[in-house]
Amino acid sequence: MTRAPDRTWWQTAVGLLLTAIMLFPVYWMLNVSFTRDQDMRKSPPDWFPVHGTLDGYRAVLDQQLPYLATSLVIALGTVVLTVALAAPAGYALAKLRPRGGGVLGFLLLVAQMIPGIIMAMGFYAIYLQLGLLQSVPGLIVADSTLAVPFAVLIFTAFMSGIPGELLQAAQMDGARALRTFWSVVLPMSRNAVVTVSLFAFLWSWSDFVFASTLAGGGTHEPITLGIYHYIGNNNQEWNAVMATAVVASLPATVILVLAQRYVAAGVTAGAVKD
Amino acid sequence: MTVRIVARGASTNRTTRPPDRRPASRQWSAWAFLAPVTLYLALFYAYPLYRNADLSLRDYTVRSFVQGDAPFTGLENYRKVFDDPAFGPALTHTIVFTAVCLVFQYAIGLALAVFFHQRFRLSATLRALFLVPWLLPLIVSASSWSWMLNSDSGVVNAALHVIGVGPVHWLTSPSWSLTSVIIANIWIGVPFNLVLLHSGLQSIPRNLYEAAALDGASAWQRFWRITFPLLRPVSAVTLLLGLVYTLKVFDIIWIMTKGGPAGSSTTFATWSYRLGFGSLLPAFGPGAAVGNLLVVAALAFGLVYLRLQRKQALS
Repeated sequence: MTRAPDRTWWQTAVGLLLTAIMLFPVYWMLNVSFTRDQDMRKSPPDWFPVHGTLDGYRAVLDQQLPYLATSLVIALGTVVLTVALAAPAGYALAKLRPRGGGVLGFLLLVAQMIPGIIMAMGFYAIYLQLGLLQSVPGLIVADSTLAVPFAVLIFTAFMSGIPGELLQAAQMDGARALRTFWSVVLPMSRNAVVTVSLFAFLWSWSDFVFASTLAGGGTHEPITLGIYHYIGNNNQEWNAVMATAVVASLPATVILVLAQRYVAAGVTAGAVKD
Repeated sequence: MTVRIVARGASTNRTTRPPDRRPASRQWSAWAFLAPVTLYLALFYAYPLYRNADLSLRDYTVRSFVQGDAPFTGLENYRKVFDDPAFGPALTHTIVFTAVCLVFQYAIGLALAVFFHQRFRLSATLRALFLVPWLLPLIVSASSWSWMLNSDSGVVNAALHVIGVGPVHWLTSPSWSLTSVIIANIWIGVPFNLVLLHSGLQSIPRNLYEAAALDGASAWQRFWRITFPLLRPVSAVTLLLGLVYTLKVFDIIWIMTKGGPAGSSTTFATWSYRLGFGSLLPAFGPGAAVGNLLVVAALAFGLVYLRLQRKQALS
């Protein structure tokens, strides 16, 4: 299985080089975020932030905190809504298997394939009439459509693996379906809850399409719009733009470091037959 | 976004399900658990889609959009869209964008998957780092690429200058803008292909390679005779999912070029958005019509994907 280490060092070297190339845009974002305004249009550019400045990050603190707070509220709201909707549905599809459940599962798969921009246009028409444009709950509901079908399918796949005897034992004790779900199935599905929450959070946090159509110009705009306005308004302060981008990337970074196995599980879940 | 993930269909459980034993009370409780999500699908998927279809069949103005009394005009909006001089270029760009992105994402993803499939120090860690571009918010990736591709101060042109190539107007010249958004989108899509293909590689038995090596097959032959044929089911799934998700890419293009200059990077997704939201005088009807064409295309390929997946699950 493991070869002699002296035969693999060059592969590690090539791997490092490839990773460096792949991550160069991320490095460049960091580099620019520390670059002084007067060095921004220098030719050739500084490859390292030798005259580093924190001006960009100061601008983030001064101007972007409300956007970040809004994004946090919206992303957490999306997580709660997604889990609340999807976990019971996953339980029903995996364990109770009602007539017509297959059709519902199929519709959920199809729903994932609808382009977000189309959904946005439909939501716009509806929210305009309901007066929900530029509102936080409206954006939470719209963002949850990014995650709910995926979440139901993850929960279904995961809960199918829970042994039936456990549930039968709970039912013998006289527990109704709701009790069984709440005190047996849900605690056992912790990993699925984590995976779903991570992706729901990340997608909602990163959403730009719904934000720009449904929340644009309002008092509660998420960070993606904060960056977008930045790009549009002041083309000069790219260190501030990139510093905001770095801060907006923090959730993805934290998730990759702390919960990498959930991410990999989510990517491959079912797209490839096990 | 380029690519998102899809999980296995709930319907694949069907084979193990006993068809007769379904007590009525269990049916009721099952649908009680499903009620919220069913209602949700109806309200937040079906209804927006219906509104979108309705938009595309009426002659909306800003006033009638608010009041909801736009006259029904049948397929007039679709005719308008087909006759629009922007239709041809948008169609071409959508096809070129999707095809080129798919080919490169798949080829690079496969090469990397094969490379990282070897066992060497740090291979798992480095593979995890490759996920970063896919996890970043699209606005972050798009704005980073915008600045890197900036004509005067971008690092790409600075690097080209070193090897003696004059400045390329990546985002501001009509002949380069589509290439630029394609490059950025390939960068975002590679991790998805890498992860899926890598997990596919792991299901190929290693002793096949050992046997082939004993028979004197070169690495190149082993790839084309073993890896590539055995990876075909996974490749098909990866490419079809990629196709569905690349068709609807909007954020990257809109943030980097807004579909310009002069429509040179406009695809159906950005065209639809521009018609509906991009100007002071929104054309909701034609915008929705373009969007619906995109829905039809995405669903057609999506159904092919689901069919293929079911066939693989049964075999």
